[in-house]
Amino acid sequence: MCLAVPAKVKEIKGDIAKVDFGDGVTRDVNISLVDVAEGEYVIVHAGFAIQVLDKEEAEKTLKLWEELLSTAETSPSGKY
Amino acid sequence: MFRYRDSEVAKKIVEKLKGIDLKIRIMHVCGTHQDTIVRFGLDSLFKQSGIEVRQGPGCPVCVTTTREYEEAITMAKKGNVLATFGDAVRVPGRASSLLDLRAEGCDVRIVYSIEDAVNLAKKTGKNVIFLAVGFETTAPSTAVTLLRDPPENFTVLNCHRYVPPVLHALLEMGDLAIQGLLEPGHVSTIIGLRPYQMLSEKYHIPQVIAGFEPLDVLMGIYMLAQQIKKGEAKVENEYRRSVKPEGNVKALAVLEKVFEPVDLAWRGFPVVKASGMKLKNKFQNYDARKRFEDQLKELENMDFPEPKGCRCNEILRGLVNPQDCQLFARACTPSHPLGPCMVSIEGACQIEYKYGGGPR
Ligand code: SF4
Repeated sequence: MCLAVPAKVKEIKGDIAKVDFGDGVTRDVNISLVDVAEGEYVIVHAGFAIQVLDKEEAEKTLKLWEELLSTAETSPSGKY
Repeated sequence: MFRYRDSEVAKKIVEKLKGIDLKIRIMHVCGTHQDTIVRFGLDSLFKQSGIEVRQGPGCPVCVTTTREYEEAITMAKKGNVLATFGDAVRVPGRASSLLDLRAEGCDVRIVYSIEDAVNLAKKTGKNVIFLAVGFETTAPSTAVTLLRDPPENFTVLNCHRYVPPVLHALLEMGDLAIQGLLEPGHVSTIIGLRPYQMLSEKYHIPQVIAGFEPLDVLMGIYMLAQQIKKGEAKVENEYRRSVKPEGNVKALAVLEKVFEPVDLAWRGFPVVKASGMKLKNKFQNYDARKRFEDQLKELENMDFPEPKGCRCNEILRGLVNPQDCQLFARACTPSHPLGPCMVSIEGACQIEYKYGGGPR
């Protein structure tokens, strides 16, 4: 029951947004727990968006991984 | 949308893990982490690197006690409409599960969210009781709903729990030596980093919050291994695309408005201090236990033994693996579950059954 999955916000009407889970199926979710704009990604759990995915951080993470792996035995913690 | 399954990177992380060469045991407390670990075969990769990863009390449906399910069963038997999430209806109580009651004509509904249950109350006019199971990830949806004056015929059988107190209890009990904690990404999305910092200070335990893609988990374990090797005990955040240091402030504010901590028993644990989310007095009208107190009287002096032979108690403390249970994949299967860990998609037994090997 605790699964939470990312979805793209298509349309917002008050506290309800139509979101796409990537399979083309749109569903209504409650967005009263987040501040989100159309086009952004949210994490949805039990019918509620619980966070907006931070695209910049996502890209930074990817970069960090690549960097980390190209250098020997550096701790990732220095950058966190 | 993001490239989090890149096998090149995965290979490199595994190589590095092997290079660190540690004999360690790490615990996580999240069914979704377990799913990723077993589904993608990371457990055997970790083992080759000398790292054992165990699931602890990270399955909300599993840690909810038989007494709580029995309360729901009793209220459903007395003619109320009982609504809850898919997994929860299948957990065996003393004699039957909520789902079994349907065959006896009770009105048990599976809902996707608490809002479906509220709509059911509006539509039917009947007494609808929502069995509210879940950690900090789920509880804000209950809180928001109660703050919006749902109809009077809607009540909540509240079983929400806070995760950090049970981590304290685990480390305090100390019956399993663990060298690091992989913290759950979505609980942390709500609560942020601060609750973990206290743990690191008190128990000198390394912690990393991780997401749920295979690379997130690999990276999280790698970061833990690094900390352990260096003798550090920090709180690090691998899942920064979702977890902010302060958490989800809006969600925390609604939790604070609606709930207060109370001592509560978890399956597999004695009473855990301040681990339950109690409805504040203002919301008593929506408390099914108060509203239907008379219906629950019969449970007062009852005992609720665990299903015979089931080792969920120990699995939830990370002491044994599903295969250590004699019933695993023999008498106990997902279509005929004897304990909650085989019922829930986040339960260690169901995950092992789905992707792992058969009985030992
Ligand atoms: S296999 Fe079944 S009986 Fe055994 S511990 Fe898991 S849920 Fe309980």
